[in-house]
Amino acid sequence: MSSDFEPILMRNVGVAKAADLQVYEARGGYQGIRKALQMSPEELIDEVKKANLRGRGGAGFPAGMKWSFLPKERKVTYLCVNADESEPPTFNNRVLMESDPHQLLEGIMIAGYATRATVAYIYMRGEFTEPFHILQRALNQAYAAGYFGKKILGSDFSMECYIHRGAGAYVCGEETGLIESLEGKRGWPRIKPPFPAVAGLFAKPTVVNNVETLCCLPHIVLRGAAWFTAIGPQGSFGPKLFCVSGPVNRPGCFEESMNITVKDLIYGSKFAQGMIGNKAVKGVFPGGLSMGVLTGDELEMRMDFDSPRKFGLLGLGTAALVVFNEDTDIRDVLLNVTRFYAMESCGQCTQCREGTGWMYKIAQRISLGAGRREDLDILVETTRNMGMMPGLSICGLPDGAAFPIRTLVEKFRAEFEQHIVRQEPGKVERVLRVLN
Amino acid sequence: MEVTKPAGCTCEEATEEELLARLDEVLTEYRAKPGALIPVLQMAQGLFGYLPEVALKRVALGLNKSFSEVAGVVSFYSFFSTIPRGQHVVRVCLGTACYVRGGKRVLDTIKQKLKIDVGETTADHLFTLEVTRCFGACGLAPAIMIDSDVHHRVKPNRIESVLGKYRSEVVVAERSA
Ligand SMILES: Cc1cc2nc3c(=O)[nH]c(=O)nc-3n(C[C@H](O)[C@H](O)[C@H](O)COP(=O)(O)O)c2cc1C
Ligand code: SF4
Ligand code: FES
Repeated sequence: MSSDFEPILMRNVGVAKAADLQVYEARGGYQGIRKALQMSPEELIDEVKKANLRGRGGAGFPAGMKWSFLPKERKVTYLCVNADESEPPTFNNRVLMESDPHQLLEGIMIAGYATRATVAYIYMRGEFTEPFHILQRALNQAYAAGYFGKKILGSDFSMECYIHRGAGAYVCGEETGLIESLEGKRGWPRIKPPFPAVAGLFAKPTVVNNVETLCCLPHIVLRGAAWFTAIGPQGSFGPKLFCVSGPVNRPGCFEESMNITVKDLIYGSKFAQGMIGNKAVKGVFPGGLSMGVLTGDELEMRMDFDSPRKFGLLGLGTAALVVFNEDTDIRDVLLNVTRFYAMESCGQCTQCREGTGWMYKIAQRISLGAGRREDLDILVETTRNMGMMPGLSICGLPDGAAFPIRTLVEKFRAEFEQHIVRQEPGKVERVLRVLN
Repeated sequence: MEVTKPAGCTCEEATEEELLARLDEVLTEYRAKPGALIPVLQMAQGLFGYLPEVALKRVALGLNKSFSEVAGVVSFYSFFSTIPRGQHVVRVCLGTACYVRGGKRVLDTIKQKLKIDVGETTADHLFTLEVTRCFGACGLAPAIMIDSDVHHRVKPNRIESVLGKYRSEVVVAERSA
């Protein structure tokens, strides 16, 4: 593990008044956009492609490539900033927006220039009251200083920027759900194609990027793609935020290269500093909930874009780790996870709506001490019959439900079975009578 | 942009006509803006405290949308409520980080203290209790939100004092009224 990592995205965290324009500028802020404006949008996109900046919102898609899907001929382009941060238990974007809002605004300007965007919409989740006020204040300052609006910094580039506050729905973090919601509708994800790059917001070419992805841009422009690719393992370049929660000694948000392992993040002295009361780790969801679970024996996993797949997980996700300790009843974890997806499925697709609902019902029964051995098989089978991967849904929410539920059941199967074996005789029948 | 009643405000309530008149002003301002429905509903809920049918009908009319479209959007988002709520909305996080740090016990204690279940409002209309998904305070779990204030590391034995703050605000407001 490299212990000499210098904070980049979080370099202004803890600096007094870092959210003020003057402080940000005094610390080298808004130099990236000045340099970017000296380049052509094409040169800028090339630089970001060379840096191989992969999206931090969950899917890890290369930003430069996404931008080049925009049609050559276009009059209007929208940039949507995904600040919905709805994946539990993730707070990386929150930290970035609260402690260094101008860094995000500068990233938005650079992405806006590269994509020739005319308007940027920041879609921020409704629960974020504090980050909203901080960002709105920063945006007002940036407007007053000529960083947004017409002919930015004397160039030919003009862009407006607005903050939209969400109204509470997980699925609005999905990029086309977000777009529908911005249009004033239910946040129902759209069938793709067409992709947003071709027909997104108000049917116009649209790019959606995550807050942390955009925050990388000023640094890439200033220091160059080669500097960026020198950080972290092959294919997972650049700085990354990792937040750790659960019963650890020092929960919080930490910045490192993607060389770091789950174990380092939980036990490292610069990170979460181990478990409260020296309890053993029973399991960790390392990428937000939706990527799946690791057991306490799998903590060597490296937190990069590619390693999670070797552990049966969907991907790096939001790189938000939630740890649970040996005292946790695995049935409670299953109940908590299944409940979330059952509540948040938007209901458009049958397999997702029914599958998440039934899995929650089964988990309820198991947690009431009325599980059956075959329930475990039914859960696993259900997870294999929903989602985009088998081509059965419009968006990725059910894939994100399938991975944590399947990995929980498969990796902790012995424990579930133990509970089921120890249940009172006759309980299954009694509970079923009450529930049905 | 945000219109909210001051917390614990017991000054004379505006009449429905007055509120509708204010909603009309909002509608005039937003009529021509694309994607106006959700911001308008957020402001309407700020005015009325919830979204009564008269307000939804006015919004539909003002933005030239069908009532069913407006009602459909309202029912989709968890922040919108079509039933009156208490002066303070208590939201208990049941996200995984809060859950493994005792969020459920926090919820049970609040239910006991307020003598209501999830989704209900106390008889004095002071508190409405809701559960919510993770809102990014996981590092300081278990967390609850009361209105837009986030309370961190809420222990069951601290709940009374947290709620008490909102109770006494009313007392202060009544005294100064
Ligand atoms: C159910 C669901 C929820 C999502 N929630 C978020 C979110 O809260 N924030 C986010 O940035 N991306 C979220 N995504 C991913 C977005 O669809 C999209 O990939 C991302 O915003 C693209 O930005 P990036 O390329 O910069 O990562 C979600 C995806 C799904 C399927
Ligand atoms: S997959 Fe689920 S959440 Fe996504 S659009 Fe279909 S029903 Fe909605
Ligand atoms: S899990 Fe409760 S705030 Fe994130």
